[in-house]
Amino acid sequence: MGLAESILLTIATAATPLLIAALGELVVERSGVLNLGVEGMMVIGAVCGFAGAALSGSPWIGVLCGVLAGALFSLLFGVLTITVATNQVATGLSLTLLGLGLSGLIGESFVGSPGLRLPNLYVPGLTDIPLVGRLLFGQDPIFYISILLLIGVSWFLFRTRTGLTLRAIGDSHASAHALGIEVVAYRYAAVLFGGACAGLAGAHLSLVYTPQWVENMTAGRGWIALALVVFASWRPMRILFGAYLFGAVSIGQLHAQALGVGIPSQFLSALPYLATVVVLVIISRNRRLTMMNTPASLGQPFVPER
Amino acid sequence: MRFELVRRPERSALFSALSPFLAFGLTLIAGAILFALIGQNPVNALYSYFVEPLTEIWSLHELAIKAAPLILIAVGLTICYRSNNWNIGAEGQFIIGGIVGSILPVLYPEFQSPLVLPLMLLMGMVGGAVYAAVPAFLKARFNTNEILTSLMLVYVAQLLLDWLVRGPWRNPGGMNFPETRQFDAQAVLPELFPSSGRANWGIVFALVAAVLAWLMLSRTLKGFEIRVMGASPRAARFAGFSAKRMVFFVFLLSGALAGLAGISEVSGAIGQLRPTISPGYGFTAIIVAFLGRLNPLGAVAAGLLLALTYLGGEAAQISLGVSEKVARVFQGMLLFFVLGCDTLIHYRIRRVAQAIAPSSITDTPAASSSEAAALEAGGTGGAR
Amino acid sequence: MFQGCHKNRQTGLGEQQGLQGLDARVSSQGDRLLQVEGLTKLFGTLRACDGVNLDIARGEIHALLGENGAGKSTLVKMLFGSLEPNVGTILWNNQNVRLTNPAEARKLGIGMVFQHFSLFEALTAAENIALSLDATTPLRATADRARELSSAYGLPLDPNALVGDLSVGERQRIEIIRCLLQQPELIILDEPTSVLTPQEADKLFETLERLRAEGKSILYISHRLEEVKRICDRATVMRHGKVVAHCDPRQETAASLARMMVGADVKIASRGEGTTAGEPRLVVRNLSRKPANPFATALKNVSLSVRGGELIGIAGVAGNGQSELFEAISGEVLQDQAETVSIRSRPAGRIGISERRRLGAAFVPEERLGHAAAPRMTLSENLLLARHHTDRTFAGKSGLLHFGAVKRAAQRISQAMDVRKSGDDPEASALSGGNLQKFIIGRELDRQPAVMVVNQPTWGVDAGAAARIRQALVELARAGSAVLVISQDLDELFEISDAIAVMHHGELSAPIPIAEASFERIGLLMGGADASGHATAAA
Repeated sequence: MGLAESILLTIATAATPLLIAALGELVVERSGVLNLGVEGMMVIGAVCGFAGAALSGSPWIGVLCGVLAGALFSLLFGVLTITVATNQVATGLSLTLLGLGLSGLIGESFVGSPGLRLPNLYVPGLTDIPLVGRLLFGQDPIFYISILLLIGVSWFLFRTRTGLTLRAIGDSHASAHALGIEVVAYRYAAVLFGGACAGLAGAHLSLVYTPQWVENMTAGRGWIALALVVFASWRPMRILFGAYLFGAVSIGQLHAQALGVGIPSQFLSALPYLATVVVLVIISRNRRLTMMNTPASLGQPFVPER
Repeated sequence: MRFELVRRPERSALFSALSPFLAFGLTLIAGAILFALIGQNPVNALYSYFVEPLTEIWSLHELAIKAAPLILIAVGLTICYRSNNWNIGAEGQFIIGGIVGSILPVLYPEFQSPLVLPLMLLMGMVGGAVYAAVPAFLKARFNTNEILTSLMLVYVAQLLLDWLVRGPWRNPGGMNFPETRQFDAQAVLPELFPSSGRANWGIVFALVAAVLAWLMLSRTLKGFEIRVMGASPRAARFAGFSAKRMVFFVFLLSGALAGLAGISEVSGAIGQLRPTISPGYGFTAIIVAFLGRLNPLGAVAAGLLLALTYLGGEAAQISLGVSEKVARVFQGMLLFFVLGCDTLIHYRIRRVAQAIAPSSITDTPAASSSEAAALEAGGTGGAR
Repeated sequence: MFQGCHKNRQTGLGEQQGLQGLDARVSSQGDRLLQVEGLTKLFGTLRACDGVNLDIARGEIHALLGENGAGKSTLVKMLFGSLEPNVGTILWNNQNVRLTNPAEARKLGIGMVFQHFSLFEALTAAENIALSLDATTPLRATADRARELSSAYGLPLDPNALVGDLSVGERQRIEIIRCLLQQPELIILDEPTSVLTPQEADKLFETLERLRAEGKSILYISHRLEEVKRICDRATVMRHGKVVAHCDPRQETAASLARMMVGADVKIASRGEGTTAGEPRLVVRNLSRKPANPFATALKNVSLSVRGGELIGIAGVAGNGQSELFEAISGEVLQDQAETVSIRSRPAGRIGISERRRLGAAFVPEERLGHAAAPRMTLSENLLLARHHTDRTFAGKSGLLHFGAVKRAAQRISQAMDVRKSGDDPEASALSGGNLQKFIIGRELDRQPAVMVVNQPTWGVDAGAAARIRQALVELARAGSAVLVISQDLDELFEISDAIAVMHHGELSAPIPIAEASFERIGLLMGGADASGHATAAA
């Protein structure tokens, strides 16, 4: 396996959780809800994924646990922001804080225990094709799920009627309500989907990327996923680009550290975070672009008159 | 039967006062369930969390030490959030405050003067403020989301501190441990009552900051400006208040307070720089700010309560062998319940019977409406 | 007193008999499409609708009249399934129905054209239409059908245009086409002409008459009495949540209809003695402004001058740059050159709203809650909002606030403007629209401003408050101030202005003295006719 191939493979592995979590959040925000709890849901997904795999002995059951835990955890956010109409920013923040605390507690007994890794795909013949075989047919299963999700979310949002309705709710929940659209039901579904995606992204971290449990192992990836949604100006395909860009930055700095370039490792580790800031600045400078694409009711509480 | 929210014509003063207590009560109940789930006697566990640390003098000192940074940061965040600016990078500003404030004792230990400590505190505040100015500038100039930028800078600050204490600032005589030299006595924040415990001047800074912030918010034009900005940005513009200047004002202020908390912690409770100087004070302070209902005086009470969960966590780990991580779960739950209960300030919950039998056509309108009134009275009675 | 009209008497018995008498007459004609009995809706303790009876026959245009806050919107929301009544029955084709959702109402054949449009700005016209149709209709087919209908009814429409880019008139067309595509038997229109020019309204009436000829029924909600008299077959009048009269509007005068709606004679602001105008106090020279956001209107070379003692009105359909002009004059948005706006002969284009207030100007924006006032702040705090920079008694140089003085001033203003409020110093959002608007106007009048600029002074305000506000504006001008009133309500402008200028696509016409102005002439300008060309045509 060549160096270039292995670098590309690691980039894909680093980008996959970002892609999945950002796609989930994209759907949530398209429905007009801002969930800042991605980091919390992701870390819950990571710990439950790891625990599920460790206890059952099957990494697939681990993945399932991660997805379910993420969705269940997002339900908490949904109840508060959708039913009780709390401030979405504050509630999302508290979801992250609770998630980080709770995951530490759940994962305490798993710290340092050996993890299970989800096996990579192997298709005899195809995977062995030189150069592209591993890239196309030899990655971990969640990578393929992330690509299917990308296609599915794009198709859903822009080709289906339900997707149209979801976008309409994000544009104006008042108008949607006046037309008799079930705003609350749609938003619950979107929030749960976002939670499941964040849970899956977390499970990828603890079952593929680094198959072990370390406290706070998401290390801000949930926040980077949130930034990716802004970066992509709420378009799924642009998330793909953003996620792989960030994957490249984080893998690049790891390789630079390994090569022992004369820069302190901490500075290299800070690169993905600084890159996020730079990218956000570049994208938000274009006000017309952000204004045209931001769901107009994003973050606004909705209480129908009755 | 279902429940629905009905907007109150005016905010409820009763629930405004009651909400934090209600939230705390619900947290206790949820905590009891949590303890029962992990096989602890809920009563014992809650006792060692919330009562035991209050029974001894030295432990009250520890409470003050933990509460001081929480209150200082939360007061700044309170003002920030009241103006609808979301600085969630206080943890990073805390760290930078600690770093910049430590320049004198670490790099110039030979500089001996009574001015050292005041200079350190000042530099800590400046450091925190400058670090907070970055997301403020990006928001004011480029309209960049301040939540994401201020948070990203937390990770950068953590890595910077890590590099400093492992690299250039490492104590030359420290056996390769990743830490700076111990501060000289002049550079250490004095203890208040050294005979009874460790509490230092940090808690005094916190209380003074809280009172000043409260006076500003409630009595001055600047405070009014902050409140209008948060309540209705467009009305604030109509009032002639500048949103951009406000971003800088609240970010610099909250950054300075977080920086002060950082250097107070480093020069008081720790006495040197280490790779980690905060058990997440900057994030816990977000909880404190909300639990204090975005009121600076409320932040004092909330800061003390959250400090208690830190202490209780340590106490419970020793006496019951419960993980100290339970404390962070407590903090998270508390914030959730506060947010939920705060809804009651602006809304009341009404129980509605699902099906309303249509009155028959022969009903006189008068009779029908009295029926409706009875229905409504029953509904509201149930909620209140 | 009211010929041809069954007016409710005070006694409940008389009321019942009167209404039943009318019911009998209608049902004897047969063909009753919709019948509403004793419909009641409560919001907290407020009876938004109180035992409302209404019936609509096939093929009639039925007017629903009433002031702002009389309960009209609540009633139609119940008919459209957006709100559920607490008590009462709805009969559709003599069948008892329960409408819990707009989708059910649509399925029965009830369509609705909303007042505050229920459209999605980020979506195209076709997507907007598709959202209210059956889930089975494919998007492309929807666009085609919309195009067919739009040409059939003479309502031009581009299905692929983003709604956010469209004018209010075009948006209304989308709403109407969306409604017609559902092939409704009853079409509810809520204040449809409030966003149209008189000429556009005429076209709408043609469409409505055509629909009536096809046998459709129309429930037409309006407070414009002349048009109700012109096109409606019957009328139901509401006041304070109750039906107070059923009548034939053609047999009534506008004054008698107004009396039924308001419950008292409606005052017309007296224009007073036409004083000779003084020096120009507010001057705008060649004001141009790029759109601040993708959906905003650019201002093109706007010039105007208002002299002391003069009240100038600016007419125009919503969204033609009025808000942008207001922001530029108020100083919420600064100009490039100081001379672009002058207040009392001092260049003010580069100074902000607070400094412009100090020059003696006062401003009242269109949006009451969230622009003129912070909804969740008290009245006294909202007084401080606009006066902290001009009144040293409220906020001293030290930056300390004197809440006592502010509260006393708020009381004084409330008394002067007859603001009815629940408590001593309630939150702004707790007041009715009319009372809050009186307070907001009073907050500025209390300073006796030399220049007053008001955007939509009586939008959504009850008749009593509106009359009071108009009178106050006229008196301010007569006392020597320069007053500029931006309004979509032509009746209002004709009542109080000395001259009317018209805004269209960000351009402002020359003011036309009230003696030379007519509805038709102003209406043509609102529709974009060339000012000079039609000035001669109208003359």
